[in-house]
Amino acid sequence: MSPRALRAWSWLHKWTSLVSTLFLLVLCLTGLPLVFHHQIGQWLGTEVASPAMRADAPRITLDQVMVAAQARFPSKVGMYVSQEPDDDTIWYVTMGDSPTATRGLKQVAVDARTGQALAEPKLDRGLMFVIHEIHVDLFAGLAGKLFVGFMGLLMLAAIVSGVVLYAPFMRKLRFGEVRRERSARVKWLDLHNLLGIVTLTWAIVVGATGIVNTWADLVIEHWRNDQVADMLARYRGMPPVTRLGSLEKAFANARARQPDMKIAFIAFPGTAFSSEHHYGVFMRGRTALTARLMKPVLVDAITGEVSASREPPWTMNALLLSQPLHFGDYGGVPLQWLWAALDVLTIIVLGSGLYLWLGKRGPVRKVLAADLRRAAR
Amino acid sequence: MKAFWSLWGWPLAIAILSGAGLVGGLIGDGGWDWLTWIGLGVPCVAAAWFGLRG
Repeated sequence: MSPRALRAWSWLHKWTSLVSTLFLLVLCLTGLPLVFHHQIGQWLGTEVASPAMRADAPRITLDQVMVAAQARFPSKVGMYVSQEPDDDTIWYVTMGDSPTATRGLKQVAVDARTGQALAEPKLDRGLMFVIHEIHVDLFAGLAGKLFVGFMGLLMLAAIVSGVVLYAPFMRKLRFGEVRRERSARVKWLDLHNLLGIVTLTWAIVVGATGIVNTWADLVIEHWRNDQVADMLARYRGMPPVTRLGSLEKAFANARARQPDMKIAFIAFPGTAFSSEHHYGVFMRGRTALTARLMKPVLVDAITGEVSASREPPWTMNALLLSQPLHFGDYGGVPLQWLWAALDVLTIIVLGSGLYLWLGKRGPVRKVLAADLRRAAR
Repeated sequence: MKAFWSLWGWPLAIAILSGAGLVGGLIGDGGWDWLTWIGLGVPCVAAAWFGLRG
């Protein structure tokens, strides 16, 4: 590598890292508890559990579920009804002042067999909520999301330039060699290179899928414009729905359309995942891979008849598949621990990088400069 | 060529293994999960082995 190219890559690595490091540290630190959000929820007692009953106990209708939820919040309207992939004994009903509300949302967990309201999970407070909001958008909405995504792009640039710089720095060393006998800075330089290179694939994948997740709002918007708006021609000029038809009937017809799939969630008319005139019934597959993908069935909110069920655009599938690769929630508890370990290693890479830069003014500068000179030869 | 492999051999092997692990777990359960645990376990073990010894 020519000395000029080396200087250019060093410059790129330094500045992309410096600008993003603090934010990436925040993302790594808040991401760590989020990896274990299920376990932490159980520990904090915020996770809902249903009483044990026979597995084939009869289920009540979704209309009865809504009555139970509505009784808790008579002034609110339904927004979403959902189920966890691994537990069909509980319905989670999310309600708001309007279908498009973003604040003051309430949730009621209703027993799918008895109609009993089991709990009111808090959607907008609590430690995990705060950690989640910081991680996703720094409490700054879409702008915050896109900003975090930009930091992710800088991280990818820092990773690529870091890999390029790995060669000149490691040319004279064996893989994994850490020169402990020289100075602390040389030792940390070698550790930075070691940990950076072994976490490479994971960091690129988690970074890139994190960036994709920051575009979630835009992807959903695109789906709405692409598929929903297109199909709505028939409904043009019709008054907004004031009395919703049976949710159970809509659900049953959607299931009949996709008999091999399971319910993920139902969006009420007027929300981001439906139209003004439809229930958006989102079904997921039953295999490890297809359980991540969703198929929307749009059901007329008054008649309960299926209006359309189209494959979502590839951007939606890309978003859905990027989520497990970012969350690390697809390989049981062992994968959660590996995710946590790789996260901690990334924190060490970030911290050691910062340390190396801070020390550059002193003797390290000479060591690094000498290394660079030697490397360029 | 020898210089290339002595520099990039292990990093490439680890990168490919972890990539296979990341994708494997998405495809299925059971054996696929093991691929994921091994694939992503390798970088963690390498980090601990070289980072903590001596």
